[in-house]
Amino acid sequence: MTESAFEPKIVGFLCNWCSYAGADLAGTSRIKYSPNVRVIRVMCSGRVDPLFVLKAFEEGADGVLIAGCHPGDCHYQSGNYKTQRRIHVMKRMLEQYGINPDRLRLEWVSAAESTRFAHVVDDMTKTIRALGPSPLGGGDRHE
Amino acid sequence: MRVGVYICHCGINIAKTVDINRVVEAISGMGGVKVCRDYQYMCSDPGQELIKKDINKYELNTVVVAACSPRMHLTTFQSTLKSAKLNPYMIEMANIREQCSWVHEDKEEATKKAIAMVRSAVSKASLLEPLVENEVPVTRAALVIGGGITGIQSALDIANAGYKVYLVEREPSIGGHMAQFDKTFPTLDCAACILTPKMVDVAQHPNIELLTYSDVEDISGFIGNFKATVRKKPRYVNADSCVSCGDCAEACRLAGRVPNAFDMGLAKRSAIYVPFPQAVPLTYTVDPDACLLLTRGKCGKSPKCVDVCTANAIDFTQEAETVELEVGTIVVATGYDEFDPTLKPELHLRENPNVFTGLQFERFFAPNGPTGGELVVNGAVPKRIVFASCTGSRDKRVGNPYCSRVCCMYIAKQAHLVKERVPDAQITVFYCDVRAFGKGYEEFYERVQKEGVQYRRGLVSEIYEENGVTHVRAEDSLLGIPLDIEADLVVLGTGMIPKPDAKALAQKLHISNSSDGFFLEAHPKLRPIDTVTDGIFVAGTAQGPKDIPDSVAQAGAAAAHSIDILAKGKITIEPYNAVVNPDLCGGCRICEALCPFDAHHYDEKKGIMAINDTLCKGCGVCGAGCPAGAISLNHFRDSQILAQIGAVLHD
Repeated sequence: MTESAFEPKIVGFLCNWCSYAGADLAGTSRIKYSPNVRVIRVMCSGRVDPLFVLKAFEEGADGVLIAGCHPGDCHYQSGNYKTQRRIHVMKRMLEQYGINPDRLRLEWVSAAESTRFAHVVDDMTKTIRALGPSPLGGGDRHE
Repeated sequence: MRVGVYICHCGINIAKTVDINRVVEAISGMGGVKVCRDYQYMCSDPGQELIKKDINKYELNTVVVAACSPRMHLTTFQSTLKSAKLNPYMIEMANIREQCSWVHEDKEEATKKAIAMVRSAVSKASLLEPLVENEVPVTRAALVIGGGITGIQSALDIANAGYKVYLVEREPSIGGHMAQFDKTFPTLDCAACILTPKMVDVAQHPNIELLTYSDVEDISGFIGNFKATVRKKPRYVNADSCVSCGDCAEACRLAGRVPNAFDMGLAKRSAIYVPFPQAVPLTYTVDPDACLLLTRGKCGKSPKCVDVCTANAIDFTQEAETVELEVGTIVVATGYDEFDPTLKPELHLRENPNVFTGLQFERFFAPNGPTGGELVVNGAVPKRIVFASCTGSRDKRVGNPYCSRVCCMYIAKQAHLVKERVPDAQITVFYCDVRAFGKGYEEFYERVQKEGVQYRRGLVSEIYEENGVTHVRAEDSLLGIPLDIEADLVVLGTGMIPKPDAKALAQKLHISNSSDGFFLEAHPKLRPIDTVTDGIFVAGTAQGPKDIPDSVAQAGAAAAHSIDILAKGKITIEPYNAVVNPDLCGGCRICEALCPFDAHHYDEKKGIMAINDTLCKGCGVCGAGCPAGAISLNHFRDSQILAQIGAVLHD
């Protein structure tokens, strides 16, 4: 497979209240974006156990996106702040495993930000495409 | 596990972009899948029937529906399961419409993604466990925030159904913007005649407790069991003693020197005031930003208001009071603000005394307005009047791309009211498109045109003064010619903007704002009154620009939704709770610090944590933080999510 044809696989954890709703709004607004992100719905971005991130990379993900409510907007008051704190640690951890920390991304997407969600997905796909397949063996290379 | 998988075409909404046959083929071979079918509309009666029959026939114990967003139809399919005697939490939806077919164009890519999404759902579904809903009692009272026409109507509807209502209004009186209007379009009903009786009803209603001049400080709790902290600002007037005689206002040293906000600054009042003569309650209030005693600590030898008040109602020692309210539901009816046209300096609102906003101009018609209802502006009767539509609406330069929905019609109404008073007035309306969409609106617009009001297509680009004469520059875009016309008076068709603290209130309520800053409804068509937080409803212009009939209709809808909850007396709460595994918990209490709801408690005897099911909202923050992996979140267990991760990554 050539470099240019590399299609990254990204796992997206979206919080039910803001980001998942924003992604739904992108759908109802028929905003087009790249199909590389596979979404897993969680109630709060704070539910994302660092274990999930490591598991995703272990299973061959080229990137992991975590999206939650904007600071101050969390449906559960402060879950997103806890996510933000964990992200810093997780990024350092990934680095030690030899995984570029840019492969993990945290974004705030509100229920109204459909275009922002589409932009985040497109932008992240572009970033990961430039980084190439994950050293743990990601992308479509298996096929 | 015996899994049944149902792939919906959603007409062509999904089927156009996703190859359904390939999805069925790929999923049918998955372990545990006993049956996999597709159907045109899975949510329809025959679609649901299909699932029900299969549940019995194949003895399914878990179901996957690949269709629209679970935020759209999860509850629909949960009922399907219930009627087939299956636990309603034994279902997982794959969102292959909103998050797949509608957002991708390449059929191959969309099909591959859809397969991965359904696989993910099947892998989670295979690990689901039946859950039992918690039932909690409901506090049979409602909080209505905002005392404009929407809040008033909502409060009356709920109170008439027999439930206690706390109506909280920030200003000294209820009535809102509608109290400022003279007539209402298109029927020319007198606004005061239809509003003020309702205001009186509110004041006299045995089920309504009115808290005016009060702010909502904090909201906690959840559906059926909210706690609101409300701060009653000091009026410095004892409401029980004040007889509303007005002697204090007359005596005030600042009488006639404080701009009256109710008259949009066109008239002056005293530092002690009632906003308008029909105010409810008709209690005087000391303006803390104007009063000499409050701002400078001194008002002559003693405040004149105190001297003249024979009822001894004035009390400068009064302090703010905080009250705690317990309610089952909340209606947010906080309304709108008028767009500030000084953001468009080319209109010279502040510099040119002949330029007014829509709401300012409205006050000239009102019998309780600055001119007693006479159309006398700056000492003269205006003959040449120009209206400038879309001021602050449909205008991306000021960040408001939306239409304010009322300006076209209030301009038509005001033009008519001018014609009533000054039949030979020359009226020009510059417009972009006239949006006369409501019942009787188009007819009214036609009537106003027949009365001689001239509509010219094009927006006003500048208002300027030359030799004491006001000029309006615009382009007639139908004729394609630039215009420069003289005017005695220019009225800006100012639009609606969200309240400046709409964002802050949304954060207190844990609800969302849409991109325009107004409050966001749970679904634009099917749940226009609901917010993402159960038990909190939004109505009127707080949700987005709208006219009085729509506001009143939403007020009634919000009341009906509230009554629905209050009447039941109890509600079931989704059982997405965190659960502690006592064998793994080491009692480190990290989760206790993470929980925003104080749902975790340390059991001293056992040395482990316990979680209160009613307090737990199911965010799962504790589970992600537990170093022992002892906490799992119902329906979002580690094992279930890990299975999903594996499934989405392996085609």
